[in-house]
Amino acid sequence: MFVSPMPDRLTVGGVTFEFLTKGEGRPLLFLHGAHGADADDPLIERLSKSYKVIAASHPGYGLSTRPEHVTTVEDVVYSYLDLIEKLDLKDVVLVGASLGGWIAAELAVRGSSRFSQLILIDAVGAKFGDRETRAVTDIFAYTSEQLPDLLFADRDAGLKAMHGLKFMDLPEEVSVRYARNRETLVLYGWSPTLFNPKLRQRLTRIQIPTLALWGDRDRIASPDYGRAYAATIPGARFELIQGAGHYGYFEEPDAYANAAIAFLGVGRAR
Amino acid sequence: MKFWHFCEQSMHSAWNEIDGPTKVTPSNQYCHPELAHEYYNRYLDEWMIADDLGYNIMVNEHHASANCMSVSCTLTLAILARQTKKARLLALGIPIANRTDPYRVAEEIAMIDVISGGRLEVGLVKASPFELVMSNQSPARLMDRFWEGHDFVVKALTHTDGPFSWEGEFYQYRNVNLWPRPLQKLPPMWMTCSSEKNARIAARLGYVCATFFNGPKTRALFDSYRDEYQKAHGKPAPADRLAYLALSVTGHNEKQVSERYAKVKTYLDAQPRTPAAWINPPGYETIELNAMALKTGKKGRINFGLPENPTMQEMAEGGIFFAGTPDQIFHQIKSFHDKVGGYGQVLMLGQAGYLEHDDTVDSMTLFANEVAPRLREATKDGAPMSKAAAA
Repeated sequence: MFVSPMPDRLTVGGVTFEFLTKGEGRPLLFLHGAHGADADDPLIERLSKSYKVIAASHPGYGLSTRPEHVTTVEDVVYSYLDLIEKLDLKDVVLVGASLGGWIAAELAVRGSSRFSQLILIDAVGAKFGDRETRAVTDIFAYTSEQLPDLLFADRDAGLKAMHGLKFMDLPEEVSVRYARNRETLVLYGWSPTLFNPKLRQRLTRIQIPTLALWGDRDRIASPDYGRAYAATIPGARFELIQGAGHYGYFEEPDAYANAAIAFLGVGRAR
Repeated sequence: MKFWHFCEQSMHSAWNEIDGPTKVTPSNQYCHPELAHEYYNRYLDEWMIADDLGYNIMVNEHHASANCMSVSCTLTLAILARQTKKARLLALGIPIANRTDPYRVAEEIAMIDVISGGRLEVGLVKASPFELVMSNQSPARLMDRFWEGHDFVVKALTHTDGPFSWEGEFYQYRNVNLWPRPLQKLPPMWMTCSSEKNARIAARLGYVCATFFNGPKTRALFDSYRDEYQKAHGKPAPADRLAYLALSVTGHNEKQVSERYAKVKTYLDAQPRTPAAWINPPGYETIELNAMALKTGKKGRINFGLPENPTMQEMAEGGIFFAGTPDQIFHQIKSFHDKVGGYGQVLMLGQAGYLEHDDTVDSMTLFANEVAPRLREATKDGAPMSKAAAA
C-alpha cells in the first residue's frame, strides 16, 4: 500500500506523476484509495491479467509531486484529465477505490468521451443522508494503530496490507511515503469530510455503464451508502463482496477482480 | 523585567469525574454551568488582584476543554479591559489559523485596545492541534492560512487610509475599514515559538518571542532569536523581546510550598489527557517530523527533558515549575534566566490545578512583594553571559 515505488514518471500540468503500466488490452485507469498505492498492490496485479492497467499516485501521494496550485480533489481530477490526454488513452475503464472512487466519479461526471465504463469500489465523495448524520466515517479521528481495525474486515489482513505498521523495520522512505500520504489525505478530505456537496446531483450526469462494488463490512462508507451511490447513477449496478472492509480489495482481491472483470464483459481473471 | 499572571480558567473539579480525555470528547454534562459561573468570576477576581499587585495579565483560549474554559482570548480581555486599571493585557494567543473571520479578530483587538486605553498586547498563534477538531479548519496548510491571516490582521489594524479590499487564497473581503482603529498604532505583537526556525521569524519581525515549558531547549531558542535580531535590526535584542512561561507558586515556608506544589502539579497530569488521534493530526507537523517519529518510534513530547517522575527541584532547575519560598523562587528564576541568556518577560502560570483562590492570591501577593522587586534589580543588566559577550 505504501512501500514499493512505481517505476515510471511523467510530468503534465505541473504534476510529475509516479505511475506504472502493467498488462495488455483495453486501458484501465486505476485510482487508489485514501492511504495510497504501491507497485505491488494485489488488485492492480489481478486486473493486469486482462487489461492494460495504468496506476498512478495521486498528486501529493507517494512520489507524485503536488504543485502549489493543487489543493483539492477537483485539482486532482484536472491533473488526471491532463494525464489521460497526455497518454492519449481512449475507451478507458475507470476503476477507483475509496478516495480514488471519488476521483473516478468526478472524472465520469465531466463526461469525457474517452471513458467507457466505471467501477466504484467502496467509494467516498458524495453526501447522502441528513445534515446530522455523517456520510463518511471521520477517518481522521483514528490513530494509525487503529486503522487496521477500521479500514479492513479483519485486523490481521489489515496489518498485512499495511506492512504491519512496522515503520522502524522498514526503509526510511516508507515512513516519508506514509506520512506524506496521510497529510495529502487531510488536505483533500478534511472538511467536508471526504465528500463534495455538489457531487450527488452531478452523479446523475454519468452515462457510461457503472458498477458499484462494496465490501459488506465497510466501516468508512457503509453498504447503504454504496447503494445510495449506485441508485443515483443512472443504470448503475450494485454488488456486495462478502467479508470485505473499506479496503476489501486488499483482503479479497480475487473477488473484487472477478466481479470487475465479469462486469466489464471479458470473462474471468485467469 | 515584567511579570504576567496567567491562568487557564480550568474546571479542574471535573477532572476526576471524567474518565479519559479531559478535552475534545468528554460530554459537557460534566461542565456544570453553576460551577463555571463561580470559576469564571473567581479567575477574573484574581486578575483584578494581579492588576492591583503590579502584574500584567495574560489570557489564552481553548475549546471543548475542562482544562481551559476561556473560549476566546478577546472575550476574557474585553471584561478585563474595563475592570483593570494599569496592567498590560496580553492575548496569547488568538489562534488565527482556526478563525474563519480575521476581520472580526482585528475588530475585537482594536475595540479592546481602545477601551483599555492602549494596554493590549497581541499574540497571534496557529492553534493547538486538537483545536482543529472544533474549528474544523484543516491541519494541512495551517501555516499558509496563519500567515495570510496574520498579514491581514496587521494590515487591518494599521491601515488608516480608507477601506481596502482583500482577495487572498483563504480570505476575501470587499471593504475592510476598522472602526475603531486601535489606540496604539499597532499593539505590541507576540509569537509563541518552540522551534529555532520560528524564533528567527519572530526576531525578523521584531515580535516578542514567547516559549512555554521549553526547558533545556530554551537556550538555543533564545540564542537563535538574539542572533537573528542582531542581523535584522543591527542591534542586540532587548530583554523584553523574550518571554518564558512556567508554572510558578510561592509559599511562606517549605511545608506550604510543598502543599501548593502538589495542588498545582495536578495540572501537568491533566494536560496529556487528549484523544490520541487528535494529538498530532497529519498536516499539523511537517512530513519530515512525522516521518522521523514513525521511523524512530518516538511519540509526543519527551517529558520536558526531565527524568521520569521529576522531583520538585528538578522541575525548578528544568524551568518547568518554579516553586519555593520567596528566597528559593528568586534563585530558581534568576538561575534559569541566567542559564538561557536572559529574558525580560516572566509569564507565570500562577493558578493551575487544584490551587484554591486564597492560596493563589497569597502566592501572588508574596511573589509581587518579595520576589518581583528583587528579580527586577538582579536582572536589570541582563544575564551574566550576555554582559560578558557585550564586553
